[in-house]
Amino acid sequence: MPLRSVFIANRGEIAARLIRTCRSLDIRTVLAVSEADRDSRPAHMADRVVCIGPGRPADSYLRAETLVQAALSTGCDAIHPGYGFLSERAAFARLCEQQGLIFVGPTASQIEAMGDKLRARTEAEAAGVPVVPGGAVHSRQDAEQLAPRLGAPLLIKAVGGGGGRGMKRVEQLTELPIALDMAAAEAGAAFGDARVYLERYVARGRHVEVQIMGDGCGGAVHLGERDCSVQRRYQKLIEESPAPALAAPLRHELHDAALRLARRLHYRGAGTVEFLVDADAGAFYFLEMNARIQVEHPVTEMVTGLDIVAEQLAIAAGESRLTQEDVRITGWALECRINAEDPARDFLPSPGTVTEAAWPAGEGIRVDTHIGEGSRVPPFYDSLLGKIIAHGATRTEALQRLETALAVTRIGGVHTNLDFQRGLLADPAFVVGGVDTGFLASRSGNV
Amino acid sequence: MSLNAKEVAEILKALEASGFDTLELEMGGVKLSLRRSGPMTSGVAAPASTARDAAPVLAPIRSASTSAAPASTPVAVPPGTQAVTAPLLGIFYRAPKPGEAPYVEVGQRVAADTIIGIIEVMKLMNTVRAGCNGEIVAIPARNGELVEYGEALLFVRPD
Repeated sequence: MPLRSVFIANRGEIAARLIRTCRSLDIRTVLAVSEADRDSRPAHMADRVVCIGPGRPADSYLRAETLVQAALSTGCDAIHPGYGFLSERAAFARLCEQQGLIFVGPTASQIEAMGDKLRARTEAEAAGVPVVPGGAVHSRQDAEQLAPRLGAPLLIKAVGGGGGRGMKRVEQLTELPIALDMAAAEAGAAFGDARVYLERYVARGRHVEVQIMGDGCGGAVHLGERDCSVQRRYQKLIEESPAPALAAPLRHELHDAALRLARRLHYRGAGTVEFLVDADAGAFYFLEMNARIQVEHPVTEMVTGLDIVAEQLAIAAGESRLTQEDVRITGWALECRINAEDPARDFLPSPGTVTEAAWPAGEGIRVDTHIGEGSRVPPFYDSLLGKIIAHGATRTEALQRLETALAVTRIGGVHTNLDFQRGLLADPAFVVGGVDTGFLASRSGNV
Repeated sequence: MSLNAKEVAEILKALEASGFDTLELEMGGVKLSLRRSGPMTSGVAAPASTARDAAPVLAPIRSASTSAAPASTPVAVPPGTQAVTAPLLGIFYRAPKPGEAPYVEVGQRVAADTIIGIIEVMKLMNTVRAGCNGEIVAIPARNGELVEYGEALLFVRPD
């Protein structure tokens, strides 16, 4: 059954992005806005806008019942959660299922399986996907038995969530008992789940992730990989597809591993399987699976020519016909995230009103943004202003186009990381390609 | 014979899906009295937990009339009045239950704690209070329809 009306439970650039595809498919859109977003660009693009609450996310974009009520009352047959907010909350997906609304994403139980990091690890192992040596620890005795086999340094991680909370690095095994207590307390406070597990610490690695689309019936295709190794405190800054300096056999192994996991889960919709890759050793390890559309999905769209949102909607409607043969990687694409933050003040968010917004255009250039002149950047949400994506026949051409695009971009009224990003693109190590996740830290150490 | 919690839940579902507002059921010494969109009355033989789950929860919500910007609501505020706005998004009901008299009418005086309607969010009933003292000049919000957060429910000429 084709979708007629989609409720968009998100904001910012991804809301604008979702509306664009819905419009091209002749699907009506209803957008949820908080009071702070009433006059946003997506609010002017949607067919209908409903104000769901005050600016604070807890009072608006995180209110599952309010969003479902709004979707039902405005005659929508599906909800697209975008990324962040409620996109990976199993309870929200379940509420949609119970109310007869199509949740554009995986099933609630699939979200649960991937949200529990230990279970995700177990599923990956069962699918024959390599994981970082480690395992669950239920007690200090468990930990003291497992740790020597892994060797120091090692990581204590929270089962219930990521983002660095509940995570502790143990340099010497004598520190283990104290670090274990601290990690469990932190995890309990952050996720309401004090369970932790141990993993060997892999010091040098690249972050490479595989985009997959599952049909929900055990079938899945991959849309190639993305390298997102340029990160600052686990926040990605630059992404590209394909991943540079990766031997063809290793690339194929990554794709196959991601597909094995997706097929094992009978995964439905768009998902991303993240790996830590040791390119020199030719080894890789499963990190986690993100059960949603990613911020960096445009680089994949640029090299495949596919519309991932349209594919998500087709799967949700039970009409997907995508096969692996349809997926052809052409050229290279790179993306820079432009954030309202001040690099001079430790990347402090910089909310305010945008007084000037000149985004680039030109051959191979795509801009995904919700920001124009006069747009407000409310203090309640993430600081992403937009994404500049460049495509070219080769990495060199794509990189040149991206550098030119950034050079002509002007954002005024708020601080941005534009200059910082320009510096990164010109860095000799990045120009060569294949930097690891320590790139940014080592770079700032040299400056 | 008696009804178990599961059977009561089934009956509730049937009532919700039906066009009826009330249901009276007597069988084998059990008397069940159910009513849509209103508080439960006496004579309920269902287990306490089921009755509590099924009964609409009336949670008092302070009116956001002073904090919401009137300019952002589509309805223009008549001169000399102030809007009482929806403190949350949901379905607005002017009366405690279908067929009953509305909580308030145009011309009526309200005090800050006067209940002016109910907003339903996923079967959860929230009472809305006027939040100000004065006389009701108009009621732009329609019964049984979606109201957004900050939308004008009624206009009051303050004292």
